[in-house]
Amino acid sequence: MADQSQHKAVQTTGHAWDGDLQEFNNPLPRWWLWTFYATVVFAIVYWIIYPAWPVGKNFTKGLATTTFVNSDGREVTMHWNTRAEFIRDMQSGEEALKQKAYLEKVAGASYEEILDDPDMMAFTQSLAKVLFADNCAACHGLGGTPAEVGNFPNLRDDAWLWGGSIARIEQTIRKGRLGYMPSFGKVLSNEEIEALAHYVLSLPGGHDVDKGLVARGNKLYHSEQAGCYYCHTNSGEGLYSQGAADHTDQVWTVADVNAADSAAEKVERVKSVIRNGIQRRMPAWEDRLGDEEIKLLTVYVHGLGGGQ
Amino acid sequence: MAVSGDIQLYAQRQAIFPRSVKGRFRRLKWGVLVLAYGVYFLLPWLRWGRESGPDQAVLFDLAGRKFYIFDLVVYPQDIFWLAGLLMIFAYLLFFVTGIAGRAFCGYFCFQTLWTDVFIFIEYLVQGERPARIRLSKQPVNAEKAVKLGLTHLLWMLMAFVTGLTFVLYWSDASRLVVDFFTGRAPFPAYATTVFLTATTYVMAGIAREQVCTYMCPYARFQSVMFDKDTLIVSYDRARGEESVGRARLGRDLKTRRQRQAVGVGDCIDCGYCVQVCPTGIDIRNGLQIQCISCALCIDACDTIMDSLGWERGLVGYSSQRVEDGGRRVRLLRPKVLGYAAVLLVAVGLLAWSVGNQAPYDLAVSQVRQPLFTRLSDGRIENAYQIKINNKTGHTLGLAFSINGLPDAELDMGHFRHIVLRPEQRLRLSARIKARLKVLDGRTHPVTVMARPDPGSDLSPVRHAMVFYVPKG
Repeated sequence: MADQSQHKAVQTTGHAWDGDLQEFNNPLPRWWLWTFYATVVFAIVYWIIYPAWPVGKNFTKGLATTTFVNSDGREVTMHWNTRAEFIRDMQSGEEALKQKAYLEKVAGASYEEILDDPDMMAFTQSLAKVLFADNCAACHGLGGTPAEVGNFPNLRDDAWLWGGSIARIEQTIRKGRLGYMPSFGKVLSNEEIEALAHYVLSLPGGHDVDKGLVARGNKLYHSEQAGCYYCHTNSGEGLYSQGAADHTDQVWTVADVNAADSAAEKVERVKSVIRNGIQRRMPAWEDRLGDEEIKLLTVYVHGLGGGQ
Repeated sequence: MAVSGDIQLYAQRQAIFPRSVKGRFRRLKWGVLVLAYGVYFLLPWLRWGRESGPDQAVLFDLAGRKFYIFDLVVYPQDIFWLAGLLMIFAYLLFFVTGIAGRAFCGYFCFQTLWTDVFIFIEYLVQGERPARIRLSKQPVNAEKAVKLGLTHLLWMLMAFVTGLTFVLYWSDASRLVVDFFTGRAPFPAYATTVFLTATTYVMAGIAREQVCTYMCPYARFQSVMFDKDTLIVSYDRARGEESVGRARLGRDLKTRRQRQAVGVGDCIDCGYCVQVCPTGIDIRNGLQIQCISCALCIDACDTIMDSLGWERGLVGYSSQRVEDGGRRVRLLRPKVLGYAAVLLVAVGLLAWSVGNQAPYDLAVSQVRQPLFTRLSDGRIENAYQIKINNKTGHTLGLAFSINGLPDAELDMGHFRHIVLRPEQRLRLSARIKARLKVLDGRTHPVTVMARPDPGSDLSPVRHAMVFYVPKG
C-alpha cells in the first residue's frame, strides 16, 4: 500500500474542498497530448476537404471533387462522395479498364475463336456468370436449372427446345421466344387424351403403357384431328422453329414425368399438359442488354448445356 | 515492495549517450551489421536468370500472387511453408536463447542493428559521449541547431533508405525507384515507405532501448527460456568487490597487490561499462531485464583491464550456475537437445516439402447447383470446375481423362487437351456423363487425371472426385 506521504510528491489542482479535500493533477503524457492536438488539426483539414457538417437540410460539401460519366454519357463533376467514387472506379478504375480491354477483345472475336481460347472462355465464364445471375437466374435458376420442372426450361440438360447452336441461342436471347401449345381439353375427349398420353410416354421407352392405348394414340398423334405431328413431327422429335419438345428423349420440360411416383401419375401429368396446353414466354433482351453482354451470355448458355 | 514517499509511477526517460568502445564483441557486431545490411540493402538489386518471370533474384509479386526467391517460385497454395518457416524461426530462437541467452537481441535484432547505426551517426555528427551530453544541456544556439538538425536529417535519410528498400522487394527494384522519384509509383509504395521511414526514425532514433524494455514481447518472455546454464553477461562480483568493495585507483590502490592487501577488488569503478551500455544499466548490479546481451560492457572492461595489465574477464560471459560457484557451462542439456531435435525435424520437413514442390497442380471441385442433370439419352451428368496451375517455367501440354466410373464420358468442350503457357493458371469447365444401371441416390468415386504430353518428364497428376447419382 502506498504511504500517506506520497501525496506530498504529487501535484494537485490547487482546489480544496471541506478544508483538506484536494484533487490530484495528473497531466496527460506530452506525446498523448500532442497526438490529440494533431487529430484536432486533422479533423479541421478534413472538414475543409470533404463533406462534413449538416447545415439545415443541406451540408458542407468540401473542396474535393469527383468526376465521372453519368448514364447520359455526360461528364459530371460533383463534390467528393463515395457513391461517385464508386461509379468512377467502375468506369475508369484500373481493374475496370483491364476488364474493358479484355471485353473488347472478346467482343471482337468470333464465337469459334472464343470457344477455342481457354483464356477468353475463362473470362467469359466469370463475367457471364454475373450477367446470368442478374438477368436470367430469376426464371432459369442460378445454376441454369429452375427450381422445378414446368414453367421454365432447364438450360443445363442437352435438350434444346429452340435449338442449341450458337446462332439459335443468340437469337433466343435477342428476340425472346413464345412457347405455345394449344389446349386440347375441349377438342379431344378424355379417352383420346389418355391414349395420346400413353403414346407420348411410349416414345422414349421405359414407362408402363397400355399397348392398345398406344396404338390409338399413335393414330391420333398423326391425325388432322389432334395434329400433334405439325409441331412435334412425325417421328416425335419436335421442331426447333416451333419450340416443340422432343418426345423421344428422356427429358421432360413441362410434365415432370421423372418425378412421378406411379405409372398412373405419369399419365396424369402428360394428360394435364395436353388438356391445358402451354403458354410460356421468354422476353427479348436485345433492348436491355448490350451486344457484348448478349455475346457473353450466348457463350455461357451454350456451355451450360454442352451446346450443339 | 515498499513504496517510498517520493516515487512517482510515471518516470521521464533519462536520455542515454552511449560511449563508443573497441573490442572483439564490437568487431563481431560490426561484422554482423555489415553482413545484415549488405543482404538487406543489396538483395533487391541482385539479378537472376529465369526461363520465365522477372529477372530479380528475390521478388514478392503480390499482384501476380507469386513469390520469387532465387530458383524457387512460391505460390499461394504453398502458404503453409510460411507456417513451417515461422516455426523454424521460433524454435531457432528458443534454441539459441537456451544456449546463449539473448544473443539474438544483442547481435542480430534489427532494433539493435538500426539503433547501433543511429548511435553511430549521432557520434559522427556530435562527437563522443561528453560532447553529446554537453550539447544536450546547452541552450539552443547555432551549434546545437546545426548538429542536432544534421543528426536528425541523417537519421531521416537512413530511415527513408530503409523504408524504400523494403518496398523494393515487392516490385521490380530499378523501375520502382525511378517511378518513386517521378511520382508514378503506386500509392501503397509511398504509404509503406513513409510508414517505415517514420517507424525506423522513431524506433531507432528516439525510442531505442525503450522498445526492448517496454514494447518487445520476446524481451518479456525470453526469461522463461533461461536456466542456470544459459550464457549471460555478468560481472564477477567476487573478483571485483573482494571483501571491502570496489574502489577507484587511489594513491595507495594502484596495483593489485596493494588493493588485495586492504581487501579492495579489481573493479576500479571507472564507469566505462555503464557509459557504453546502450540500455543505460550498470551490469555490476547483476542480471537485469533491460540487458540485451550486446557484450559491449565486456569490451569496455577488457579495454580497461588490458591498459592496467590485469587479466581480462571481470565482466564476461558466464552463467547463473558459475555465478553460484558451480561447474562450467554444459551445452548438452535435455532442453537444448529437445529444441535441436524439433528444429531438425521442422527444417527437414520444410526442405522435403520445398524439394518436392509439384511442378503443376490440379484442383477439381464439383458444381453443386444443380448437383446433377438428366440428359436426353437418359444419362446422368455432373459438372465440375477444374483449376490447373502450371508452375514450371515452360509450356505444358496436358490431356485430361477420367477413370473409376464405368461407362462414363468426360466432356470439356474444346479443351480435352490444353497447352498452358509458363506459369499460367486456368479455370476450365468439365462435365462427366455416365450411364447407370441403377439410380441409387449415392455418390460414386471418380478420378480426374491430367497427363502431360508424351516427351515430357513430368508425371501425371490425379484428383479424386465424386459423381452424384440421383435416386429413382
